[in-house]
Amino acid sequence: MDWSSFTQGAFGGLLIGLSAVMLMVTLGRIAGISGMVSGLIFDRFTAESAWRLAFVLGLVSGPLLLVVLNGSLGNVAGNPEAVVGNPIGGVPLMVLAGLLVGVGSGIGNGCTSGHGVCGIARLSPRSILATLVFLLTGVVTVYVVRLMTGHSL
Amino acid sequence: MKLIFGYLAGLLFGLGLAIGGMTDPHRVQGFLDVFGNWDPTLIFVMGGAVVTTFVGYQLVFRRQGPLFAETFIVPTRRDIDTRLLIGAAVFGIGWGLSGYCPGPAFASISGITWPLVALLLSMVAGWWLARRV
Repeated sequence: MDWSSFTQGAFGGLLIGLSAVMLMVTLGRIAGISGMVSGLIFDRFTAESAWRLAFVLGLVSGPLLLVVLNGSLGNVAGNPEAVVGNPIGGVPLMVLAGLLVGVGSGIGNGCTSGHGVCGIARLSPRSILATLVFLLTGVVTVYVVRLMTGHSL
Repeated sequence: MKLIFGYLAGLLFGLGLAIGGMTDPHRVQGFLDVFGNWDPTLIFVMGGAVVTTFVGYQLVFRRQGPLFAETFIVPTRRDIDTRLLIGAAVFGIGWGLSGYCPGPAFASISGITWPLVALLLSMVAGWWLARRV
């Protein structure tokens, strides 16, 4: 058991929670990334788009800040120096996976952040169910890939 | 003010994802690999995030409204429909295949690779499609 990665996980979770609470107390909004970014790209540009853009810039600069600080605060498995891990597969697999992630979070109105964190914290029945469903299909997918290829991707 | 707090919230979120290990697709897939070499790290990330948000929201919702906007805007639907179930199921398959969900995918831009570019573009295409079905 790798307790340092668990401690870092819990601390990272705390920061994600503080982010969600900050966004609610200041702007009155849910920290749901899929809704925020798809709204930013596909809705007409308004005052809403401006804070969404600021959020996305912050989201990108968080890990970048860790890279610049070089303080080994990353939590990449097997590489304590890294902040961002390498992709699991090549371009074709990522095109397929990205499409599924986009279509799924689009028609399901949320992803891991909106349903999995903010929705569960609001005790929303829709979000609790959505989270159980995507955890289940995620686990089954990894299991099936392992069965078919003999190893995880 | 909206821009400043939008940016700060995003910064905290990005720091949390990276420190928690969510910007490593191998760790994410390892968490979903419960019948193999299971990596429980993400339980701590999601647990820490949900508990913090739950407690924080309890305090925040005692207020009449947010500091720099008119009202709290939170989803009010409570019905379960097939779009929600199918969407969540499809999302989980993509998440399992790649180890990326939207937040970590964008947060990983500082370590950009061609597969990540491909994932981000097709995810945006997926959102576009979802608005038309």
